[in-house]
Amino acid sequence: MEALMETLMGNVDWAEIGWASWDTLVMVGMSLLFSVLIGLPIGVLLFLTGKRQLLEQPVAYAVLSFIVNVLRSVPFIILLIVMIPFTVMLIGTSLGVAGAIPPLVAGGAPFFARLVETSLREVDRGIIEATQAMGANVRQIIFGALLPEALPGIIAGITVTAITLVSYAAMSGVIGGGGLGDLAIRFGYQRFQTDVMVITVALLVIFVQVLQMAGDRLVLHFSRK
Amino acid sequence: MIVFDQVEKSYQVAGRAIPALHPTSMTIETGEVFGIVGHSGAGKSTLVRLINRLEPSTGGRILIDDEDITRYSAAELRAFRRKVGMIFQHFNLLASKTVADNIAFPMKLAGIYSKADIRSRVDELLARVSLSDHASKYPSQLSGGQKQRVGIARALACRPTILLCDEATSALDPQTTQSVLKLLADLNRELGLTIVLITHEMDVVRRVCDRVAVMDAGRVVEMGPVSEVFLHPQHPTTRDFVFESENVDHDELQEDLQKAEGRILRLTFKGESTYRPLLGSVARESGVDFSILSGRIDHIKDTPYGQLTLSLVGGDLEVAMKALEAAEVHVEVVR
Repeated sequence: MEALMETLMGNVDWAEIGWASWDTLVMVGMSLLFSVLIGLPIGVLLFLTGKRQLLEQPVAYAVLSFIVNVLRSVPFIILLIVMIPFTVMLIGTSLGVAGAIPPLVAGGAPFFARLVETSLREVDRGIIEATQAMGANVRQIIFGALLPEALPGIIAGITVTAITLVSYAAMSGVIGGGGLGDLAIRFGYQRFQTDVMVITVALLVIFVQVLQMAGDRLVLHFSRK
Repeated sequence: MIVFDQVEKSYQVAGRAIPALHPTSMTIETGEVFGIVGHSGAGKSTLVRLINRLEPSTGGRILIDDEDITRYSAAELRAFRRKVGMIFQHFNLLASKTVADNIAFPMKLAGIYSKADIRSRVDELLARVSLSDHASKYPSQLSGGQKQRVGIARALACRPTILLCDEATSALDPQTTQSVLKLLADLNRELGLTIVLITHEMDVVRRVCDRVAVMDAGRVVEMGPVSEVFLHPQHPTTRDFVFESENVDHDELQEDLQKAEGRILRLTFKGESTYRPLLGSVARESGVDFSILSGRIDHIKDTPYGQLTLSLVGGDLEVAMKALEAAEVHVEVVR
């Protein structure tokens, strides 16, 4: 048995895999946190300034929408490289787990913002109208009605964003970002260690599965339909 | 009292002003149930939204208890809206909140009620709309009629003086419509609530309204007490609505009248005279024979009425007409 393991997975350093998994977890977790913190208000603003909405502002909407579109249309691998000077300015290094987080947020936040905008648009206009008729101000409409009503959609958006960030985080190995992606590239690809490649991919698949299942559960829990 | 003084509303579409409501003046009295009936697109939805300024008017003044609400600041408007409840065709309950939380929502938004106040008011309202057992359910677990009762309870939470009903029964089956209308009528009586109700069903107007305005293409084409408008409709649109509500096919009726002999009269009884055995005695006195071509006996709000179309043959027609008019029956000569 041990001999078999040795032949099949001779190159696998489990401690290394453990560290890399932890790094991926940290990168995804931190970048998800900041993507939500930045993307949520942007998404709400996109929604509110949109056509026939509460704070209709064609110019503000166009500007915001343009920035979001630019960030979303740049392929992430390019964004990783373009962001390097900015990342260095922001946290002092563009390497390692910390260095990967700013480009991940730059990719994740606009993505999440669009998902928030879409889920807010799904809220029945009648509910906004009813809340207005009760004498609510804009802040109360957002926090009292819009966000609670859109919560299942927003949670689904967080799940999709988290999964996107898993694949982005793996890509950040290219610029020395650390984590499972880094491991896959350095050992699996550059040193032809297929066993390392298989293990890292399997771990990423499991990670995504767990995220999706957890997200679906939460959506179900908060859906009252 | 709600006074419309030359109120108008138009929408800007591609740089052109499209009128949704032509200059309209009318008065809705405190404590009455005022119906606005019209086909979709007639402007009734716009009209009712002008009252709580969900739609801003583009001309004229709207006075509510002598205050011009079109001049209100944003903050004044929000305070004013708390005194105007509104219910909707599709209920517009928050799916993410329980029944109790939906009812508490306007009170929480107002920010002037204590938690204890809110709780006791919610319990009171739940009991009033007979939903006490459903307090912790979510709207998706309720039937249409129950949802609308939650909507009504929510609209009443901040003790409004005016209740706006936007097609409140149009999504409900006939039986549920009945019970919701009864609830509205009871609330009007108990609380002296002014109710403005828009609908496309004349039957809803007949059941609960005191007065009615009929709208067509952005204009009020007929207005008056329901019994007047309902029994003696003047405008073609009003007639359509009345015929529709009575399930009368107008063309078929005309055909039937063609076949009938003699003089054709439409008699309208209202109140007490509805129950008097009048036709027989008139027939005996005047010697006319009559046959009933069509008829309906029903209630307008709490007043019984009957409307019969008769053909009269032989005898002394003059005497018959006089006797009917003496008995306070409205007589209209159809042919």
